[in-house]
Amino acid sequence: MWAYEKKLQYPVNIKNSNPKLAQAIIDQLGGPDGELAASMRYLNQRYAAPYAQVKGVLTDIGTEELAHLEIVSAILYQLTRNLSIEQIKESGFDTYFVDHTTGIYPSGASGMPFTAAYFQSKGDPVTDLVEDLAAEQKARATYENILRLTDDPDVRDPIKFLREREIVHFQRFGEALRITQDNLNSKNFYAFNPAFDK
Amino acid sequence: MNGNNLMCAIQMYDFYLYELNLYLDTHPTDRQALDLFKKYTELKAAAYDAYISKYGPITADQSSTDERFNWVDDPWPWERSANR
Repeated sequence: MWAYEKKLQYPVNIKNSNPKLAQAIIDQLGGPDGELAASMRYLNQRYAAPYAQVKGVLTDIGTEELAHLEIVSAILYQLTRNLSIEQIKESGFDTYFVDHTTGIYPSGASGMPFTAAYFQSKGDPVTDLVEDLAAEQKARATYENILRLTDDPDVRDPIKFLREREIVHFQRFGEALRITQDNLNSKNFYAFNPAFDK
Repeated sequence: MNGNNLMCAIQMYDFYLYELNLYLDTHPTDRQALDLFKKYTELKAAAYDAYISKYGPITADQSSTDERFNWVDDPWPWERSANR
């Protein structure tokens, strides 16, 4: 089960609102390579993980992604405080505003609502872990694109932290894949699916 | 108590506390609920201590650090052997 801790994993303290930037950063909330997709991917995949260390990595990273979801939400919340209607119209935030005001809703930068179609749970540990490695790289690239879009140090600081976490997760998933392959036939990792075939 | 009975006690105390938590969210000064919350927090702590020392961690920060990090050890909660 889960318990909530009343703190952010990394602080968010943004002085200046910027609704246009929020509309780009929301991609990491409900977009294709965002934190919600990441958390749901790992927490659903873990039931097919046959080895204790892989169960641990998927559980722990899946949980950390929920903390990242909260950090991204805090960034969006602070970027959309005290907006004037003029700011909303000029920035192009009006298309989000008309549906959600300044509430937090998991969608991508294009406005596409979150969908579970962004991730897969294949029930095959090699398949799932290779997806996870790619997912961490895609999220890193997205955070780097966000860093290209802003020079505000208050925003860049937590975004850089989140980017670094993608790299650490990639490393851990690489180790989880190695542990999985060490338990399989070294001449043919695909001889059987350890989550299904006995 | 064996591991299963201790886990049942923990699940029971945690559920009492969670129900009180929800109630206290909307009644934060209710004296009777506050007293119950305190009582079950203490009972929960004793049950956790007994379980962890014999059967392993419930959260990662309770893991042993002497030889091996037993947080990662089987069984995980969705497995039948963790629910017997």
